[in-house]
Amino acid sequence: MDYATFLQILDTTVRLATPLLLACLAGLYSERAGVFDIGLEGKMLMAAMTSAAVAALTGSVWVGLAAGILGALLFALVHGLASITFRGNQLISGVALNFVASGITVLIAQDLFGQGGRTPPLSGGARFNAISLPFVDSLSVVPILGPMYREVISGHTFLVYVAAALVPATWWLLYRTRFGLRLRAVGENPASVDTAGVSVIRLRFTAVLITGVLCGLAGAYMSTGLQAGFGREMTAGRGYIALAALIFAKWRPWQALGATMLFGFFQALALRPDVIAKTGLSIPVPALDALPYILTVVVLAGIVGKAIPPRAGGEPYVKER
Amino acid sequence: MQGQGTLGRQASAAPFAIELRGISKAFGPVQANKDISIQVAKGSIHGIIGENGAGKSTLMSILYGFYKADSGEILIDGKPTTIPDSQSAIRAGIGMVFQHFKLVQNFTVLENVILGAEEGAMLAPSLSKARKVLGDLAREYELDVDPDALIEDLSVGHQQRVEILKALYRQADILILDEPTGVLTPAEADHLFRILNGLKDQGKTIILITHKLREIMEITDMVSVMRRGQMVATVTTAQTSPEELAELMVGRKVLLHVHKDPATPGAAVLEVENLRVVDDQKVERLRGISLTVRAGEILGIAGVAGNGQSELLEVLGGIAKGSGTIRLNGKELDLTGKFSDGRSRRADGIAHVPEDRQVLGLIMDFSAWENVAFGYHHAPEYQKNALFMDNDAIRADTEKKMATFDVRPPIPTLAAKNFSGGNQQKIVVAREIERNPDLLLIGQPTRGVDIGAIEFIHKQIVALRDQGKAILLVSVELDEIMSLSDRIAVMFDGRIMGERDPATTNERELGLLMAGVGGESA
Repeated sequence: MDYATFLQILDTTVRLATPLLLACLAGLYSERAGVFDIGLEGKMLMAAMTSAAVAALTGSVWVGLAAGILGALLFALVHGLASITFRGNQLISGVALNFVASGITVLIAQDLFGQGGRTPPLSGGARFNAISLPFVDSLSVVPILGPMYREVISGHTFLVYVAAALVPATWWLLYRTRFGLRLRAVGENPASVDTAGVSVIRLRFTAVLITGVLCGLAGAYMSTGLQAGFGREMTAGRGYIALAALIFAKWRPWQALGATMLFGFFQALALRPDVIAKTGLSIPVPALDALPYILTVVVLAGIVGKAIPPRAGGEPYVKER
Repeated sequence: MQGQGTLGRQASAAPFAIELRGISKAFGPVQANKDISIQVAKGSIHGIIGENGAGKSTLMSILYGFYKADSGEILIDGKPTTIPDSQSAIRAGIGMVFQHFKLVQNFTVLENVILGAEEGAMLAPSLSKARKVLGDLAREYELDVDPDALIEDLSVGHQQRVEILKALYRQADILILDEPTGVLTPAEADHLFRILNGLKDQGKTIILITHKLREIMEITDMVSVMRRGQMVATVTTAQTSPEELAELMVGRKVLLHVHKDPATPGAAVLEVENLRVVDDQKVERLRGISLTVRAGEILGIAGVAGNGQSELLEVLGGIAKGSGTIRLNGKELDLTGKFSDGRSRRADGIAHVPEDRQVLGLIMDFSAWENVAFGYHHAPEYQKNALFMDNDAIRADTEKKMATFDVRPPIPTLAAKNFSGGNQQKIVVAREIERNPDLLLIGQPTRGVDIGAIEFIHKQIVALRDQGKAILLVSVELDEIMSLSDRIAVMFDGRIMGERDPATTNERELGLLMAGVGGESA
């Protein structure tokens, strides 16, 4: 593999890792607060549809982005109501929302546009376009790093840079602020938060809504950044891969970046059978697709360190005497 | 209920740290608190004692803002105060140390202390302030604990100190402790009492909720007794006696000490040699236990919870596997193979009343008669034919057992969860004892059981001994071990630290062994 091909694959890795990273960080907020969220997929799908639909109707990707966030927030709110307010089973609520999203997105898109459940292709101001970072041209003469900067770092859409910035921001919020301390505490032992006079319900809702916003970004990126329009089931299991990455990262933000980049790299490789063929190895593409899940099972089995989820995760909080 | 009259006049004369007037609280048809009035003097240690379900916890939850009283008034320092939530309780200067600590296990001590009491949106200033305050409090009250230690690495006694520090950091003037000594060694309990006395000397008011009469007598100035949701008496501790308090709690005379004749031990029934157990995390829980229980005697195993007592019971009861030798009536038992399960042990003549009846002893959602059959559901008298069980026979048998063991209410079809703790325990004990075992394993026989039922269960254990059965008793209640056992073995860190004769030993000596100090095998 020559350097140019390698850079191409890395560039694709960044593009494909971005929705995973956004969804993974989304899941991190909810699960760190003790609310398991298997419904990342559904929220992403919902956001992908609403953002593409509104962008197509208004011609503005920014209005589309706002609509995407609102669409995911709506689902997050339902998940919050079901699992926090009414203390329902978080897994069932998440799975149910995924099914609803799978059907309702196609239904709405078909009703609006009549194009077989798709939105019309987006172009111009209706989708996110590549941003050229400064000094791309002057730096490209620098060997190795210059082309790396031009091909891999520069030339992505707005949301890719947002996702990257969210990693340190999340770390800072989690470990350096009062909100972060309480968020981590409520996922470990909600009674400790409750007896300290802080509302468990409000904290968990805040976390679940942050999850909604980030899923909104992830979904909007899918349909208005990575691709130009919404199509049936276009998230293709990315919500689940993001969950796997979250476990792989042991619910920590920097590790989430690493895990999603790794999983993104597998996806990028799967798109380049020619590169794999040249290595002389015959790796079937489905095997690459399965790698994230295999790695997650390896981590869950405790082979590479132990992944301990937030201790109060999955349990609705009931005040006890 | 406004409680004008005499209460009003007293309050205006000298404001109390806490005064409750006519507090009532009902959960559906159950009246948990009925017209409760109490006055707690500033700078005193006030005990509240009562059986399980007497309403102590409900009352304290009302004070801490967990529940809202249906009627009644709360006065703090003479001022009427409403406490709709825990935040208000903290603001009113009330700090609570719960029986089950409310700590985040993988946070440091400092993080736990500041949680909910942070200075601002950023953590750093709060952490450095807390570090300074904790240093001052440690010097003042013997409350030393490493501020950077993770909670999960601390002993239970130290975790409790963190809870007290949390309350003091929030500038609590009134400290409520709910059953604080349940998990402590006697030495740790003594340390706690020194801390509480130090706090009292600084003018703090302390409310101690407990069911242990000895603690009430030792440390409180005043004591209030609750029974069935009502406050039945408030007396000066110096002018009362444990016997009087027990009678007030139960409403009738209670034998605090089990009457039993000297044991007449026969042949060895259970012989354990060099028993070892390694748990899932590869930690050695039993490190070579050897002991003998003879027919007609009670061997009591004392120790702080978590020193291998549970594992000992589990291996003997066929729940866990181990290595070493166990002989029952001279016959060696299978410890790892096909016959190491609970059913084989029952067939061998071992009955097991497990430590945690709600997890191992009963299925809480199942009815009493189903629970009575568990473990003995293969018994021939419970079978109708080769295919079907004879449920009518089990129900009839359950009714008989309920009558013998005075289980209330005596309804076989009632789910286990609907009985009180004491009656649940009677169901388990009835099931195990009535099978005429050679060896009875009994763990924490009276945990969460009211005084009346404790007396009954203790009598049953002694009666079984007098029939010539061997009994292995595990309990974290030293009083229970001392009054029931014919011999006492103390466990620490998976080993037997030593054996003592209850007639010649004392709590201090046992307490040292429980803490791993001294002993012949140490």
